[in-house]
Amino acid sequence: MSVCRVAAAAPLESVMRILVIEDDIAAAEYIVKAFGESGHLADHAADGEDGLHMAREGDYDVLVVDRMLPKRDGLSVIETLRAEDRQTPVLILSALGQVDDRVRGLRAGGDDYLPKPYAFSELLARVEALARRRTPAAAATVLKVADLELDRLARRVTRAGTEIVLQPREFRLLEYLMTHAGQVVTRTMLLENVWDYHFDPQTNVIDVHISRLRSKIDKGFSKPLLHTMRGAGYVIRDGIR
Amino acid sequence: MTAFGKLLRTTAFKIMAVYLAVFLAFAATLVAYLGWHTQVLLFSQVQETLDAEIAALSDIYSRGGIRRLAAVVDWRSRQPGSNIYLLTTFQGETLAGNIAELPGSHLSAEGWADIRYRRMEEADGRELRAMARAFVLPGGFRLVIGRDLEEREKVHAVLARPMRWALAVVLILGITGGAFVTTRVLRRVDAIGASAKAIMDGNLSERLPVAGTGDEFDRLGSSLNAMLERIEGLMRGLKEVSDNIAHDLKTPLTRLRNRAEEALRTARTEDDWRAALEDTIAEADGLIGTFNALLMIARAEAGRVDGEMTDLDAAEVVQTVGELYEPVAEEKAVTLIVDAPEPVPLSGSRELIGQALANLVDNALKYGLPQDGEAGEREITIAVRNDGDVVVLTVADRGPGIDADDRERAVERFVRLESSRSRPGSGLGLSLAAAVARLHGGILALADNSPGLKVVILLPRGATQAA
Repeated sequence: MSVCRVAAAAPLESVMRILVIEDDIAAAEYIVKAFGESGHLADHAADGEDGLHMAREGDYDVLVVDRMLPKRDGLSVIETLRAEDRQTPVLILSALGQVDDRVRGLRAGGDDYLPKPYAFSELLARVEALARRRTPAAAATVLKVADLELDRLARRVTRAGTEIVLQPREFRLLEYLMTHAGQVVTRTMLLENVWDYHFDPQTNVIDVHISRLRSKIDKGFSKPLLHTMRGAGYVIRDGIR
Repeated sequence: MTAFGKLLRTTAFKIMAVYLAVFLAFAATLVAYLGWHTQVLLFSQVQETLDAEIAALSDIYSRGGIRRLAAVVDWRSRQPGSNIYLLTTFQGETLAGNIAELPGSHLSAEGWADIRYRRMEEADGRELRAMARAFVLPGGFRLVIGRDLEEREKVHAVLARPMRWALAVVLILGITGGAFVTTRVLRRVDAIGASAKAIMDGNLSERLPVAGTGDEFDRLGSSLNAMLERIEGLMRGLKEVSDNIAHDLKTPLTRLRNRAEEALRTARTEDDWRAALEDTIAEADGLIGTFNALLMIARAEAGRVDGEMTDLDAAEVVQTVGELYEPVAEEKAVTLIVDAPEPVPLSGSRELIGQALANLVDNALKYGLPQDGEAGEREITIAVRNDGDVVVLTVADRGPGIDADDRERAVERFVRLESSRSRPGSGLGLSLAAAVARLHGGILALADNSPGLKVVILLPRGATQAA
């Protein structure tokens, strides 16, 4: 049984190398700058051919690919890379945003899909989640954050040795948060990964689920672990950064 | 193109022409066969008679000699409608007979021959045709005996004349019939063409003429009219979409602009700026939500997208949506009842059906609760049932409901009752759910939950793998 202890905020400290393939120069400049401000290194390619070339040459952690690009379509770039057995995680940006477009993008080899327009916090959270996929936390059977422990096989959650009884969905919610410990997770990411829906619920349904979960895992403990990141989402971690 | 040219180019005319040609060829073959057969019959009859006569004459010669033969030939050749005879000496001197002139070569020829000759008794000296046989008697006399072919020609004429007439009549009838049918067809096609042109010119409510006879043109017209109905519906939908986009997006855009303007005018501290910008982002997010909902509805209206359709369990969708909203309902002190006791196989889009249900539950939580100060249950029920080949999804509340008069209008494309405009949210939830139902080939209906509103979605099960 492999145990993975996630140090607080450790993955966020590690710098990601990101390639942004986007033909809208203004949008690309904004993204590259914002990634830089978040402590990552981002490069920019303005068309599909350049993007493909740079993705082959550079060692990137994540590719952010616009769906419609000059010279070579975004999906074609991804398909080509996948055919060459390059497994760099890819996030697709698309103005289309329809269900079938998402399906097509993921089928072409994309790992995540974000319809335009999007909030940068959403893009950042998703890119960080993609980079995290390569870390052992995703495969660990026991997840730990401080004294909170989640056993995936026994489907058991304890905090400071005391068992916490969770509903199946609450378990999955906590499991997702803990595999991304120290990392901001947005509402739509939770809806996608825990409920498998991609629409935007108009009311604060996810917030209420989180506050319920919080009351189960944090109530009665001096140190809160599940934090709300205003305007972005939630993060589970040991201590406040 | 001239009217005649148009006529010639029609399919009906071409088919008619081919039929006519085939019929004519058939008739001609029949006539030729009949003619040939008659000829053969006549010919063999003539041969038989002549052979018998030759035998008789040669018998006369052998018993009575040349004198007797000449007398008999002379007598026979004077009979009306007689055969033709010519009895000559070895040198070619005529002894008896009714042939005035005979091309020389025929005299020496043995066997049957088609000859030309002149009759003695006919003054005009017309050259006639006959079938004849030369016969050399012992003693060097030559006897030519033959049968005039006039009879054959007559039969020929008797047959040929009506045949020619018949062919002519067939031809005339064929051509006029063809022209008649073709012009009729052309008239119908031209009428359809004229209507099509009127439609292309912008009069989308114009329909193709249907005569009511149930013929192929009526069937074609009816299908095209059904198509036009759909196109007109789509166009109307498109117009409504643009009208609604104009309304639903311009209002928040104006609000957004006003806020930004106000912030520029009045904001002094950094907190003011921050608050104004946050408001702007929230307003923009709301706009994006409305825009997405409008696009979704428009897309659902446009028709089925097969790639999204999978086999799913509608009960699972209902349970998941129920579970998603349960904490929110609890927070609002609403009892959310999920009634999905059995698996409900369905071919559809889990995402869209889930979104439709979520929207309906969302609406029920917003508008389906007893209004302040009024007594009533705070209860929302989401249910799914199998009903033969139909899947029945319901979302019911105990709120004020919708007046019976307004219900039908409320599910129409993009119609929003005034109450939904004045409250938060895009207010497009019901329209979106109705669009999802239509996309799946189903319908959305509103019913009285007495009290409250009951939204019923009926979906055809579709081609699911699981029974």
